[in-house]
Amino acid sequence: MIRDITIGQYYPAESPIHRLDARVKIVVTFLYIVSLFIVDTIMGYVVVTALLGLVIHASKVPVKFMVRGLKSIMIIILFTAVINLFMTQGEHILWTWKFLTITAEGLYMAVKMCVRLVLLIVGSSLMTLTTTPIQLTDGIEYLLRPLKKIGVPAHEIAMMMTIALRFIPTLLDETDKIMKAQQARGADFDTGNMIQKAKSLIPILVPLFISAFRRAEELAMAMEARCYHGDENRTRMNVMRMQGRDYQAAVMTAVYLCIVVGLRIAAGHLTFMI
Amino acid sequence: MSIKINHLTHIYNPGTAFEKKALDDVSLEIPKGQFVGLIGHTGSGKSTLIQHLNGIISPTSGEILLDGENIHKDKAKLKEVRRRIGLAFQYPEYQLFEMTVYKDVAFGPTNMGLSPEEIHESVLSALQTVGLSEEVYEKSPFELSGGQKRRVAIAGVLAMNPEVLILDEPTAGLDPRGRDEILQAIKELHEKRGITVVLVSHSMEDVAKLVDRIIVMHRGKAAMEGTPREIFAHVEELEKMGLAAPQVSYVFAELKKRGYDVPTDVYTVEEAKEALLKLIKQVKA
Repeated sequence: MIRDITIGQYYPAESPIHRLDARVKIVVTFLYIVSLFIVDTIMGYVVVTALLGLVIHASKVPVKFMVRGLKSIMIIILFTAVINLFMTQGEHILWTWKFLTITAEGLYMAVKMCVRLVLLIVGSSLMTLTTTPIQLTDGIEYLLRPLKKIGVPAHEIAMMMTIALRFIPTLLDETDKIMKAQQARGADFDTGNMIQKAKSLIPILVPLFISAFRRAEELAMAMEARCYHGDENRTRMNVMRMQGRDYQAAVMTAVYLCIVVGLRIAAGHLTFMI
Repeated sequence: MSIKINHLTHIYNPGTAFEKKALDDVSLEIPKGQFVGLIGHTGSGKSTLIQHLNGIISPTSGEILLDGENIHKDKAKLKEVRRRIGLAFQYPEYQLFEMTVYKDVAFGPTNMGLSPEEIHESVLSALQTVGLSEEVYEKSPFELSGGQKRRVAIAGVLAMNPEVLILDEPTAGLDPRGRDEILQAIKELHEKRGITVVLVSHSMEDVAKLVDRIIVMHRGKAAMEGTPREIFAHVEELEKMGLAAPQVSYVFAELKKRGYDVPTDVYTVEEAKEALLKLIKQVKA
């Protein structure tokens, strides 16, 4: 049950997308998210969706995994849709009932926001699915480096993220074990009202916190025993190097951005495309 | 109360890339009052097997019968099953959470809905059984030593007055004294209260000394079963499974090889002492 949680899950495969430099992937994903807010026409969304489909195909990650990621945010998507559907003011009224009104504009907004959200989630989960957590944090560390001059502890942030990601599966395992042990002593997590349910979490949370602190202390000790002292003078085993394919990806992204912006400008003049 | 396991199979994460068959068509019977040792290499399915016995995990196929009744037949009765079959996990001290030792041990009986008097009685009796003195009852369990914590956790299971006690490596990571104390408590429980005990262990010495019957798990199957004498006679097979016979039996095998007239079915230190004294007398005479 508890293993269904798939935050930042990595899907191992051999694909051109997996081989891309993590820094490139982060920047491209960021630009892609920005592009989603530039796009404003149906034509534009068709282009974005088609391109995303191509990239997913190239990444060899099964579509099943993408859909699973969407399930967890289904409520947010539905909520956004409902709010947009009923709250958008407009002239073309389609349906009214007492104080509820649906306008053509509202319907259009609702669909547009849903499509945007789905594209956003699928696009960004594609990055985490094709990049190992280590590569990802290395990439973030590199990209944050310029901010060091104004006092942002880039290395420390990246190290904290690495450790946090590393411990997600460990703590999930631990939770599973503790739950089973308490169940063996007759603990019941499923029945009762809200207060009883909240109380039944204490026998899980207390041991979990204690073990998390113990692990943190042991890890700190192990790191110090190997002379870890932060960022200064540290070298890397895997140095990130931009390669041909990374430059290709950058050029393709630039072309993509031009198309998206072009479509937006064109839409301003050619209203029939909406 | 007898436990019967029929064609039990368990597959973890079925249908995914992480699919793993942990138990493969296991059929066993554990009669009332027996002291059973469960041995096997890491990943052989021991822990998965014992977690099935009190319904913490459900079988992929097959059934577990408790006095002839499938434990998963009536979900409402699962709690009763868990009371009757006490399960102490590996490193059970990591489940402690209460403010005092007494309250932590009372967690199980309270969940079982006993009356305050019954709870008080079973907590005290459980704490005495594991040999904890009264001065620790009101202490926080986190102040205690590793061996004491372990005993508090085992008392937490005992306080439910189970008819069957399953212990997953109760002595792992303890010093020799802590180990002896816990094994002694388990032995007394078995002898005095006559409860059925299933002991999962990596120590062939402990198993040889304590149990009536051994079940050997290998790659998800119950590969061998029998009395310690029967099982340890098959040293070669055990070694193939990554296990071994008790260390003293190797000493005797070597003695035999060097031409001394000694028995080779010696598995406990006690037996070894007897045999060696006899040998020394013979040599002198």
